[in-house]
Amino acid sequence: MSSPASTPSRRRGKRGRGSNPPTPQDARSPPSQKRRTDDSTSTGDLQPMPTSPPADVQSPGAADALFSSPPQFRHSAIPLDFDISSPLTYGTPSSRVEGTPRSGARGTPVRQRPDLGSVRKARQVDLHSDGLAEDIVATEQSLGQKLVIWGTDVNVASCKEKFQRFLQRFIDPLDKEDEDIGLDLNEPRYMQRLQEINVVGEPFLNVNCDHLRSFDENLYRQLICYPQEVIPTFDMAANEIFFDRYPDSILEHQIQVRPYNALKTRNMRNLNPEDIDQLITISGMVIRSSQLIPEMQEAFFRCQVCAFTTRVEIDRGRIAEPSVCKNCNTTHSMALIHNRSMFSDKQMIKLQESPEDMPAGQTPHTVALFAHNDLVDKVQPGDRINVTGIYRAVPIRVNPRVSSVKSVYKTHIDVIHYRKTDSKRLHGVDEETEQKRFTEERVEMLKELSKKADIYERLALALAPSIYEHEDIKKGILLQLFGGSRKDFTHTGRGNFRAEINILLCGDPGTSKSQLLQYVYNLVPRGQYTSGKGSSAVGLTAYVMKDPETRQLVLQTGALVLSDNGICCIDEFDKMNESTRSVLHEVMEQQTLSIAKAGIICQLNARTSILAAANPIESQWNPKKTTIENIQLPHTLLSRFDLIFLMLDPRDEAYDRRLARHLVSLYYQSEEKMEEEYMDMAVLRDYIAYARSYVNPRLGEEAGQALIEAYVDMRKIGSGRGMVSAYPRQLESLIRLAEAHAKVRFSDKVETIDVEEAKRLHREALKQSATDPRTGIVDISILTTGMSTTARKRKEELAQALRKLIQSKGKAPSLKYQQLLDDLRAQSDIAVTKEMFEEALRALADEDFLTVTGKTVRLL
Amino acid sequence: VGDWLNSPLSIVQGIFAQNVPNSDWEKKVTEYFKEKLKENNATNWVPSLNDVPVHYLKPNSLVKFRCMVQDMFDPEFYMGVYETVDSNTNARVLHFGKYRDVAECGPQQEIDLNSSQTVTSERQTFYCVPVPGESAWVKEISFFASQARVSPSTSYTPSRHKRSYEEDEDMDLHPSKQKEQHTGKSCCSGGDIHGCVEPKRLETEASAGHHVISPNCSPPLDLNFPLPGEKGPACLVKVYESWESFKVNDVLEVFGVLSVDPVLSIVNSEERDGSGLDPMECMDTAEEQRVHSPPASLVPRIHVILAQKLQHINPLLPACLNEEESKTCEFVSNFMSELSPVRAELLGFLTHALLGDSLAAEYLILHLISTVYARRDVLPLGKFTVNLSGCPRSSAFTEHLYHLIQQLVPASYHLRMSIESMNHSRFIPRKDYTANRLLSGLLQLASNTSLVIDETQLEQGQLDTAGVHNVTALGNLITWQKVEYDFNYHRMEFPCNINVLITSEGRSLLPSDCQVHLQPQIIPPNMEEYMSSLLTAVLPSVLNKFRIYLSLLRLLDYSISEEVTKAVEEDFVEMRKNNPESVTADDLHKMLLVARFLSLSAGQTTLSRERWLRAKQLEALRKARLQQQKCVNGNEL
Repeated sequence: MSSPASTPSRRRGKRGRGSNPPTPQDARSPPSQKRRTDDSTSTGDLQPMPTSPPADVQSPGAADALFSSPPQFRHSAIPLDFDISSPLTYGTPSSRVEGTPRSGARGTPVRQRPDLGSVRKARQVDLHSDGLAEDIVATEQSLGQKLVIWGTDVNVASCKEKFQRFLQRFIDPLDKEDEDIGLDLNEPRYMQRLQEINVVGEPFLNVNCDHLRSFDENLYRQLICYPQEVIPTFDMAANEIFFDRYPDSILEHQIQVRPYNALKTRNMRNLNPEDIDQLITISGMVIRSSQLIPEMQEAFFRCQVCAFTTRVEIDRGRIAEPSVCKNCNTTHSMALIHNRSMFSDKQMIKLQESPEDMPAGQTPHTVALFAHNDLVDKVQPGDRINVTGIYRAVPIRVNPRVSSVKSVYKTHIDVIHYRKTDSKRLHGVDEETEQKRFTEERVEMLKELSKKADIYERLALALAPSIYEHEDIKKGILLQLFGGSRKDFTHTGRGNFRAEINILLCGDPGTSKSQLLQYVYNLVPRGQYTSGKGSSAVGLTAYVMKDPETRQLVLQTGALVLSDNGICCIDEFDKMNESTRSVLHEVMEQQTLSIAKAGIICQLNARTSILAAANPIESQWNPKKTTIENIQLPHTLLSRFDLIFLMLDPRDEAYDRRLARHLVSLYYQSEEKMEEEYMDMAVLRDYIAYARSYVNPRLGEEAGQALIEAYVDMRKIGSGRGMVSAYPRQLESLIRLAEAHAKVRFSDKVETIDVEEAKRLHREALKQSATDPRTGIVDISILTTGMSTTARKRKEELAQALRKLIQSKGKAPSLKYQQLLDDLRAQSDIAVTKEMFEEALRALADEDFLTVTGKTVRLL
Repeated sequence: VGDWLNSPLSIVQGIFAQNVPNSDWEKKVTEYFKEKLKENNATNWVPSLNDVPVHYLKPNSLVKFRCMVQDMFDPEFYMGVYETVDSNTNARVLHFGKYRDVAECGPQQEIDLNSSQTVTSERQTFYCVPVPGESAWVKEISFFASQARVSPSTSYTPSRHKRSYEEDEDMDLHPSKQKEQHTGKSCCSGGDIHGCVEPKRLETEASAGHHVISPNCSPPLDLNFPLPGEKGPACLVKVYESWESFKVNDVLEVFGVLSVDPVLSIVNSEERDGSGLDPMECMDTAEEQRVHSPPASLVPRIHVILAQKLQHINPLLPACLNEEESKTCEFVSNFMSELSPVRAELLGFLTHALLGDSLAAEYLILHLISTVYARRDVLPLGKFTVNLSGCPRSSAFTEHLYHLIQQLVPASYHLRMSIESMNHSRFIPRKDYTANRLLSGLLQLASNTSLVIDETQLEQGQLDTAGVHNVTALGNLITWQKVEYDFNYHRMEFPCNINVLITSEGRSLLPSDCQVHLQPQIIPPNMEEYMSSLLTAVLPSVLNKFRIYLSLLRLLDYSISEEVTKAVEEDFVEMRKNNPESVTADDLHKMLLVARFLSLSAGQTTLSRERWLRAKQLEALRKARLQQQKCVNGNEL
């Protein structure tokens, strides 16, 4: 059934292997008896349950009877400390002669590997045993060395030797993984791992298949195609080396090799019948894990008459109860003693394909995983993992009494190795998975693209093509998508510098702000979209929940945490309530979220860029008011935005004309043309992803100078009129923008042109948002203090005028409010509103000059 | 009727036996059936699961099913080809496992699971439900289309008893229905009558189905229909080819082998009993078992030989309009020639339905033929959500309006908004991980379903979290034409194409593309009488023309010539020059939308200057009304 018909030899091979799950064979397997006696020796050679019950049920009773008949067990039970995973049983004659490191290995119990199925059984081809020749697909040239496991082209000895060489010699100084902390990359990597095992005592050796492939292509291929055969050989090899080196080491059990990253890391959707029984690595998300299932591996029986005991191994999911006591020949006297039987742990896990891998409009696929022994409970629902394991297919029995079989197989994966993908994210190490995505041609193409002189404009145009013009805004958002370089100043006590660029769009309703947000949200992989109206502080940050089942406190993350390393789009920013907005303060500068709730105190990373859109408070933008007055947001928050853009409806005939043309074209353009543009979106996405992960520009000398100049200039402009027009925050923004622009060019160095563009964009945004509507002068203090300098000056002048007025009134202890206002108005040459008047009164009250009670003003 | 209808598997066997060594027998099978179905009206000879109760159909016969893909299960590996060995004679025979659930073999035979001839293949299972909200008239017309030819072949019904039962039922149904059809006048008021008759028929079959499986299945199985109160068979559709091309919510018509092998049900009960013993079976939870292999009598399996996506489910139209078949072209051109009278009549009909408001009726036509024809990055183009404000609240006007719409469109749903329904119903489909299936929600609808949201009955009250989510989902549906399905750990967007009509008193709390304020010219004293008399006044043939009109125009292409583009441009600039406030880009969007559907509604596939002016005029009228309304109750902004 399993693999394609093209490999008949392989199929034959499996037949002999007794009871491995995927091959419901043994309908006719005459040769098995011999093999059986040979290697069903094991003690705790536990059968994994998921063997093929349907198969053996229907298969001729002969085979079953054969396997479970007591005589064989007697036969096999002799060498009890003898197990397949140990080199002894595996060894071809040559390996035995070599003298395996029995000393160490022997003292260490073997733990069998249910993850590999019951491979051990009946699989070794003993050269000296006769009658097996038929099973040996081997060239007969030199004994021992050319022998292969049947059904495969694996020669145990050479395979082992190669793997040992790999362990001893493999060095790759360039390849750095996050687990590699403390490894000397110029020394053989896996020897260091073995040393680690000796120290730590965790007898598992994880082997990256990628390394193996670069070391020995053929060995790698064998591993992928015949994992059941090859992995035990690897175990054997690893143990030999280990106990050779550390003969006195005491391990819980012998070392087990766990390969991972079987290069073809693939999508669940691509699994097909050809992958059955092969080593595969797939990624996905755990959606359900079962309870721990104790699986009986070996049953212990005792005769109730004579107390004779015997052990029966599980065979393809069944225990054959001995019907006759071998000692006293009483029938039906054997009783199962549960306490002395052996069990192993097993867990069923459902893995669902990760949302990124899914084609649009389809529901995700799932696949079942079986985890064994210590892999049980390693993952929780919700974890993103990469699983390496062996893909299995088992037929489903319809009914034990009916010979028909449901023509469908059940599939699952026996897990050999887990690798969580999202735990890395918390550590902030670069996303390996994302880097892997690019093929060489793609990278070439992107690099080619980056050399174009107008790449910046090009990309800006490709961004949300359905939204018309607003080029500077698109450029701003483009830079936001790229982000600045991350700098670490922890050692100087400043912590991380924010690399993310925050942007606020405000403007008239109906200027497609939401559409822009939606576009960005759809473009970036880790984007979140929320609306200010509908989100609460906890929804944005994180909340603590009590799991109803386990009574455990669980931290549920909100939009901001989820968009770590991405963009959080917040629509209707102005409608957000005060307390919700306040959590943004920390996120937008420190890029962290602190939580102190229900006994959980922690700080989560939230390195997210914020793209917010706000509507003016009076539904239409009032050009006579400042930004702050228009959107009524606290300036403390506004100053955290690097760029604030106004999206206003331009009043310009040429613009209208182009807009109309653009819109009309939307209403009849053909699908194909849209497809083309869709392609662009994919390119854009890749371009950004590539730049984000590979390009990390640093400031050049010149650029540094240019930035300093720019900053000094900005401050100068203000100081000329007695006000400050730039703060260090603005300088930081400039740096970020310049870096992002360098990223757009795939340049590792920030140059003057980057600074120029950063300056231009920053000025452009300032011009729009920080222009004092009364004077027409760009004034940064509108954003930083909420009031323009001129406004403040005017306020002071008015207060002074009022003070003078009151003083001129002489010694009157109290004055009428309305009277005073009228007098002031009569005197002043500008229109004095009631608000202005009240403000002036308040200012004077602050100076302890007067107090206001109701409608009277009292002098102090 | 040939063998290919009654026992398709034997045909497959024949082809298989002839071509056995090479694998192209599969292709030959598909071709054979394709040919057969092309023959004159052959598709009508195939009994449909939509019309005929499952237990009347012969197992392993060819059936068809018109359905929506509600969920996609995991792909299955099955024995494509397997070999059996006779235990007495040792004779080996090859069999095919395609189109089958169970690998069969004779009493003396054993399956050789280890044969080198075995071929493992892959197939995909879709969980399909009848098209949600399918109108009664769609069911009925297709029922007659097929029943007329199938009834002589009812001799295949398994037992005499059942046959007579069906014939009785047919006799009961046929005369009455035909009478309706012919007398015509009663037919249209039949909205309610059909509503009664049809479900009853289906109910009997459903209850019969329940009766059969009751010993096995204690709690009734949730068949997971998107809309409450839906009836009909759900089906596990096994697809053998190009399943990647199908998506969730696609409407399909499948032709395939019906499999109701009772063995499938036995499997379940056995497995459930023995789950404690056999570790292989406890791999899935009991819920998952129930959902993924429900009793075959309740959820039959169809092994698909041919499947096609349907552009529409209107039985009055040829199934596939894109084909360059003379028949189709003829049909379209014939209809186009008499388009304008049909439009006029429809307009008149809707004007009466909207209490004499012809402007609202005009907009309603535009709304009914609107469809999302493309998406520009995130922006869906061609959606035209109309908010009909100013609906009289008391007289159940909206209820009756919906009944009229139901008579016109092939699929629709009436969503009565209330605090209760917002808080307690499931709008967004949600993944149930214990049963490993997608629990359907109200918003899992097929393309071009009319969703009529009634806001007039909404009272003040508190929305809870679920309610807020539901309202947000509705808002997203209207603005972006997409629904975010809840996968617990993440959400996934599914684009959709649903025509939303909102009826409300004031401006709706949901977003909409255009708000039309209803100005009733007549207030009928008895709304019910008025509305039902409207329906009876329309001849069934005319009603059918309306139905064709609405379904057909939706499928037409459309373009704007360079010349008109220029004109529109000029116009826009001109309008802005006078008063930039009055016309925004948004308004232009709307005008272009109106112009598009206005042209299409007249059967024109390009925009003409006149249509553009007419569109502008309509928009101006509509806006003037809103302005007026604003003045009337000044506090409403």
